[in-house]
Amino acid sequence: MDFEPSDDQRLLVESIGRMLADNYGFQQRKAFVTAPEGFSTAMWSRYAEQGLLGVPFAEEYGGYGGGPQEVMLVMQAFGKHLVLEPYLATVILGGGAVQTFGTDAQKKAILTAICEGSLKMAFAHGERQARYDVTDVMTTAKRDAAGWIIDGSKTVVQHGDVADKLVVSARTSGDRYDADGITVFLVDAKTQGVARRGYPTRDETRAADIALDGVRVTDADVLGEVGKGLVVVQRIIEAGIAATGAEAAGAMEAMNEMTLEYSKTRVQFGQAIGTFQVVQHRMVDMFMAAEQGKSMAMLATMTLDQTDPAKRAHDMALAKVGIGQSARYVSQSAVQMHGGIGMTEEYAVGHYFRRCMVIERLWGDPAYYLQKLADEVN
Amino acid sequence: MDLRFTPEEIAFREEVRTFIKENLPADIHHRMKLGHSPRKEDTVRWQRILAAKGWAGLSWPKEHGGTGWSAIQKMIFLEENQAAPAPELSSFNITMIGPVLIQFGTEAQKKRFLPRALTIEDWWCQGFSEPGAGSDLASLKTAAKREGDQYIVNGQKIWTSTAHVADWCFLLVRTDANARKRQEGISFLLLDMKTPGITVRPIISIDGSHHLNEVFFDNVTVPVENLVHQENRGWDVAKFLLGNERTGIARLGKSRERMDASLDMARKVNQNGRPLVEDADFRRRVAQIQVDMKALEITQYRVLSKHDKAGGEGKPDPLSSVLKVKGTELLQATTELAIDVSGPMATPIWAQELEAMNQPDDLLEGSSAGVGSYLFLRASTIYGGTNEIQKNILTKAVLGL
Repeated sequence: MDFEPSDDQRLLVESIGRMLADNYGFQQRKAFVTAPEGFSTAMWSRYAEQGLLGVPFAEEYGGYGGGPQEVMLVMQAFGKHLVLEPYLATVILGGGAVQTFGTDAQKKAILTAICEGSLKMAFAHGERQARYDVTDVMTTAKRDAAGWIIDGSKTVVQHGDVADKLVVSARTSGDRYDADGITVFLVDAKTQGVARRGYPTRDETRAADIALDGVRVTDADVLGEVGKGLVVVQRIIEAGIAATGAEAAGAMEAMNEMTLEYSKTRVQFGQAIGTFQVVQHRMVDMFMAAEQGKSMAMLATMTLDQTDPAKRAHDMALAKVGIGQSARYVSQSAVQMHGGIGMTEEYAVGHYFRRCMVIERLWGDPAYYLQKLADEVN
Repeated sequence: MDLRFTPEEIAFREEVRTFIKENLPADIHHRMKLGHSPRKEDTVRWQRILAAKGWAGLSWPKEHGGTGWSAIQKMIFLEENQAAPAPELSSFNITMIGPVLIQFGTEAQKKRFLPRALTIEDWWCQGFSEPGAGSDLASLKTAAKREGDQYIVNGQKIWTSTAHVADWCFLLVRTDANARKRQEGISFLLLDMKTPGITVRPIISIDGSHHLNEVFFDNVTVPVENLVHQENRGWDVAKFLLGNERTGIARLGKSRERMDASLDMARKVNQNGRPLVEDADFRRRVAQIQVDMKALEITQYRVLSKHDKAGGEGKPDPLSSVLKVKGTELLQATTELAIDVSGPMATPIWAQELEAMNQPDDLLEGSSAGVGSYLFLRASTIYGGTNEIQKNILTKAVLGL
């Protein structure tokens, strides 16, 4: 067991850190938010140039050949800077699924394009009625002679409005809630019948509702096996939990640094508020929560390699609860310790707060996963 | 970075588990499983078995009969030993006085005391706290005056665990009342508990046990050869002792064992006509503890891995204080869970009834011992530097305030 980064990993972290420190200050980020895409296309190109878009992909597709740990380090750095670009949606969720389940042809076409920066993806799985229930898929795909016809609608698809290719789950057999009978398709976003309505989310990224009306795809667009799509969906979610866990760890670190700095400069009753023990102990509690959260993000990352699906699901649930609870505590405390200024749009801490709030409810919140763990107790 | 156990670490865990299973005496195992604190003779017996195997000197270097294990290996051993459950190694002997003498002791002190500490020929106790010096340890007043080749000790210690059964005591005393800083007038002495002038008075703690004591010193003589390190430099030794050995401070194995015992009992008792283990609220509580235990487990491995990577050297990691705070919170959460499972059976003091029973009743005895453990471990957030003091330490070390 060795938790210390290797020299290569350290270099990776340093180079990302430098790039973000130079280009992703809070004021610079504000300008990125106002772009029509809701992020910086220039930064996206820069990530491509620096090889970041290929971090988890094999070198034959132009990737860096890294694994879950390298992804963790990237996402932690992104979390510290509240990066807006669709890295999670494209590289981790979409690209990750293709890397794990794709055919050679799919991998070659899609991963190469992602690495180049010419293809963005989104994971279109959630539906209005489903809340967090992963098998609650009502979108259908029906077979005909030419291939498949997809009908249904997806909601809060992160970066769904800018994606070139959508990873769409649909029911090809069985009933609502059935574990079997879900199939995952790779759908070109420009296909006839795909209608997208983009909107901003609370964390200043964007998402979309996507209507699929008689959307035609072929067998070559199936990702994984027909009817066995649940495993694809679960793998995507697990990769997402690990990545957003690392992102939350980075965000918590940033909030704690900000809070500490503020406590040294904010004077009340004639002294810096950081001299008050009640404030000090709250900040220590925040530090402890952040460290525990970071440990859980590491757990999620190491769990991705676990081959037993039941164990993987169990540890992922532990991690998701731990990360969510830590991030909620740290972000709420950070706003509280800042007082009034923490409530404002112009100040960074509230933006971290909202990103943590969004992360917490991607694919299930702590209460949801705690219930899963509780169900296993016997 | 490799966030998994190596095959060697997995094999080592198996080796430890098997050894404990095959060598832990059945009567000790039975008492521990019911949640009793180990008796002195249980600790001695088990530690001697471990010493014979070469496993008692957990963090000692090999030349002094230690294991020479990495921090991760030590942790694996502690987890398995606590989970068994087996008596823990004597912390006074193994994690306190042993490393202190190895670091600061004279050759004669090492030769005389280390082998006997390893096998508990000498049972050590710790004379630090005083009525006026708890969290503010440096304000201690017990005085030692040098006269010729001996010190004359006068004063009082309190909360001295196991002083009533101890052979030796390591003691912080004030040797210079006029030092510029309070910390600079303190010395570290080794005291034979059979020396005339020592009075040990019991303090019965809320679990009904006699573990704590007051110790009074009335012109007690200590030969100068029993001074450790230099005169008036005892604070260095105390700081080393308190910061040195943090492996295992989280005592996760113990928390895990207590939770497993609670689950075991929750399968046997009913609530609303169904086994308590099926109760939704109970299950969520267990799940939450599992989450917190897992987080601490990983945090602990991060600390250890950093320690091993640094070659086992370096200053104590401030994260150790996190381990102490979170670890003791879990000890309290799991023992609290245990008494809540016991329900009304947690209330009687049934010493005689349990003694007189023909058929052993694990449910009653387990409840009785479990509540003892719950009461006793309220102390865990107080001893070894209260959790509030740990937060002060973190304020300085991590926040830099």
